[in-house]
Amino acid sequence: MEPTVDAEETLPADPLAARLARDLDGAFEAVVAAHADLVYGLALRSTRDPAAAEDLAQDAFVRAYRALAGYPPRRIRDLHLRAWLSRVTINLARNRARDRLARPVSAQLDEGHLALADTAARPEDAVLRREAAAAWQARLAALPRHYALAVELRHVQGLSYAEMAEALGRPVNTVKVHVHRGVALLRAAYEKEIPS
Amino acid sequence: MSPLPSPDLLRTVAPPDLAPTVLFRVGLADEYLTVDSPVGPVFVARNGRGVSATGPAFRAGAAEAFEAAFVTRFGRPLRPATRVERGEAEALAAALREGRGRGVRFDLRATTPFGRAVLDMARQIPRGEIRPYGWVAREIGHPAAVRAVGSALGHNPVPLLIPCHRVVRSDGRIGDYAWGSDVKRAALASEGVLPDEVELESRAGLHYLGSDTTHIVCWPTCHHARRIQPRHRVPFTTLDDAAAAGYRPCRDCRP
Repeated sequence: MEPTVDAEETLPADPLAARLARDLDGAFEAVVAAHADLVYGLALRSTRDPAAAEDLAQDAFVRAYRALAGYPPRRIRDLHLRAWLSRVTINLARNRARDRLARPVSAQLDEGHLALADTAARPEDAVLRREAAAAWQARLAALPRHYALAVELRHVQGLSYAEMAEALGRPVNTVKVHVHRGVALLRAAYEKEIPS
Repeated sequence: MSPLPSPDLLRTVAPPDLAPTVLFRVGLADEYLTVDSPVGPVFVARNGRGVSATGPAFRAGAAEAFEAAFVTRFGRPLRPATRVERGEAEALAAALREGRGRGVRFDLRATTPFGRAVLDMARQIPRGEIRPYGWVAREIGHPAAVRAVGSALGHNPVPLLIPCHRVVRSDGRIGDYAWGSDVKRAALASEGVLPDEVELESRAGLHYLGSDTTHIVCWPTCHHARRIQPRHRVPFTTLDDAAAAGYRPCRDCRP
């Protein structure tokens, strides 16, 4: 299901950010719980490797905590945590990738390595869903990174285009184009595998 | 047009250990391990910032008591260690033997600046030596704050690693200890400071020890004082007595 498009320029206030501004140490656990899947998902799109993604997600949260510890409360209150945490994660991944020599990473995004969201009611449905999910994971992993990240942010994590623009540090129009191209590439990959 | 997958098919779930590891690394959750010490096994709690607490592990029900006291005191969860770095237990055991926290990072967030100054001074006391509370107070520039020093040492969150057991009452008695005065006496005895002897000598008026060859006066447990030949030992009750006899204070133990 396609999330509704947020056409507004400004993002709504984040109640968790308000809690965080009042009590960083008291509310940070809730922030990690609320956004662990988002940060890990982006780390996975960036690294394409579950172990590296876990390390990257950890480091992103630690970096976020240290940054927050240095922010005045008003700045924390005004944060849009989803967008901000996405940006921290994506920037960290980009810096790591730049630091490292481009190492070829084999696509190992199969169900043995990944904890996929499992929402099926019947066991036989669960098997089918897992297979389908693994296939889509592989297709997503095969996309160029900026398209994979755009699809992850928009289609999986449900960020608005305004949030995505903040997360990626790009204009709204650019992120829209990346989402559309990413989705088109995913469709093309699916059709190539399954002749109609 | 072929179908797009539903978001659920693309969604991944963060590994279960991600959140606990992050909270440990930023210092919002602690884990503890058991390490050998001169007074028996000791619990050492730490997080990504450093060692946050030690506790006696040699009593019945010690783990439950340590966990409960930790949560009450610091308001953070504490659980047995899930990850122990290579050589970590050995390094902590060595630090517990030496008792000066060398090479150990501490997390003393809950300790006041005054408390930290007191603990930093306690760390200066070498293994096998003792100093009175009043000495710590004077050394940190608060000579009148003797009781506050005693209180700060009593609130030392990391006994044995920071050697508050090496600070004793100014009247020469060994005094109280967070883990019980028997443990304080055992810790000192393990370093070669015999508590009964210290208390006896003090009661007999031996508070300082000088050498009649160097005319330097020390705390009796100072490593310089212990090298004085028996026939050259000159006991003093007060520093004024020593000064009147022409003795100057040792520059190392600074009586």
